[in-house]
Amino acid sequence: MGNEPVVGPNDDRDAAAESGSDATAETADADADAGADVGSETEAETGTETETDGGVRPYTVRLELVDEPGELLRALSPISDNGGNLLSIHHERGNITPRGHIPVEVDLECPPERFDDIVEGLRDAGVNVIQAGAERYGEEISIVFVGHLVENDLSETLSRIESEAEAAVIDLSLAAPDGTDATSSARLRLAVDSGRTDAALESIRSIGADKDLTIVEPLLGGEA
Amino acid sequence: MAASQRLAILGAGDVGRSVADLASEYGHEVVALADSTTATVDPDGIDVAAALDRKLGDDEIGADDPAAVFETDYDVLVEATPTTLGDADPGFTHAKRALETDHHVVLANKGPVAERYGELRELEADSAGSIRFEATVGGAIPVLSTIEDSTPHAVTAVRGVLNGTANFILTRMAAEGLDYEHVLAEAQDLGVAEADPTFDVDGTDAALKFVILANVLADGGFSLDDATVEGIQNIPGSALDLAAEDGRTIRLIGEATRDGVRVGPRLVPENGALAVTGTRNIVQIKTRNAGSLHSSGRGAGGPETATAVLSDVGRLPPL
Repeated sequence: MGNEPVVGPNDDRDAAAESGSDATAETADADADAGADVGSETEAETGTETETDGGVRPYTVRLELVDEPGELLRALSPISDNGGNLLSIHHERGNITPRGHIPVEVDLECPPERFDDIVEGLRDAGVNVIQAGAERYGEEISIVFVGHLVENDLSETLSRIESEAEAAVIDLSLAAPDGTDATSSARLRLAVDSGRTDAALESIRSIGADKDLTIVEPLLGGEA
Repeated sequence: MAASQRLAILGAGDVGRSVADLASEYGHEVVALADSTTATVDPDGIDVAAALDRKLGDDEIGADDPAAVFETDYDVLVEATPTTLGDADPGFTHAKRALETDHHVVLANKGPVAERYGELRELEADSAGSIRFEATVGGAIPVLSTIEDSTPHAVTAVRGVLNGTANFILTRMAAEGLDYEHVLAEAQDLGVAEADPTFDVDGTDAALKFVILANVLADGGFSLDDATVEGIQNIPGSALDLAAEDGRTIRLIGEATRDGVRVGPRLVPENGALAVTGTRNIVQIKTRNAGSLHSSGRGAGGPETATAVLSDVGRLPPL
């Protein structure tokens, strides 16, 4: 990540190169195919003062904010702190994510090599980054429950998963071949914040233990 | 060619008998073979075929006392008595006695290496002999030697399917849409499951193997009590159906790391490497520098497990 520009043709860089002398324009063109590190190389060769960091690129970052005063400001400061320039903020107040948070789309520009620091800065500040450039964060997991699901108040089980495990239930399939008062199975697809899967599974295990359910967890990590 | 070793075999079940049967093919000599009641001992080599005939004909295996095995001149004790939990005896005491008298020990018995790994390693440190136990994990599949070759500290985790009976049951349930009890009865008819399948279906057998793996990775510190274990008895056919709708299936998966051992039914991709079918076993060895290695094969059976014992014997230095 970071080296692969998401949006952003080479406009910025071409502009930068053109601001230099005619002789360097050729260098810039020749390097244009080489990818994201063009800027800095061109810089080194042209020695222009305007773009000391090798040019900037536009990026889109999708965040999820808790609906509390000051949250937006808190989420934005890591961007400027790490050398990003805010272009626009789309604060979707009317919209709510499955976890009950507010999605915010931020357009910014920054030197490509700073982008990772910005995303890290956001995370360090406790902001949930759903998507940064082409990378989408957040994971989906499948899980199977077995037991007296219906008799044991399935809807309460689901609300506990949403609140305690902080997972959004995306869909549910129930199989009760012997009737709903016998042992049945349910497959759940859950959306979990990235990096929170282990914690979510741990909460789900304890919910399962409380309600006397057998839980078949997914095998995560590496190709299974 | 490995040095020829003189084997004293304790345990005359499928594995012990197969080791005796195949030893000469691998260049070794059998000087003793014992079951729990009698033994046949001959420092010049026992008549293996005759001893096996007697055993299979429900006769006494020989005229000697099992204790006489330790008195004879042997190089390697092959411990192939049934796995026991807790104090892991008599297997542990057998291994101890051999090490204290400076003999090598090759174990097919999981108990001592799962339950008393640290004590065994201490005994080994004071002995001219060494211990090896490839046969305890994954039958014919070279798991421990692969870890040894990768060097254990470069291995971060081992996971996979190490119980053929549970895997057979789950495979049949998924394929035929049948329930656990039905398929278990079928497995017992086929001889895939034992009359008392408890340790296979409740995860204990797989857990012992992953405990051994964790001991190898962490150089000891684990026993069965440290493992989190769940079995497959509560998995209905409907759970497998739901998994299949999502391109997945359920397998009894074990995981061993330096931090712990866990065995339980897990969702895995239906066409993934770990979703082996029937009684097949598989392990995935995660390494720091070489990515993941997969080894699959027969995880049980007399001749299959005996090949692992004899590979170990072949790796031992002459005493």
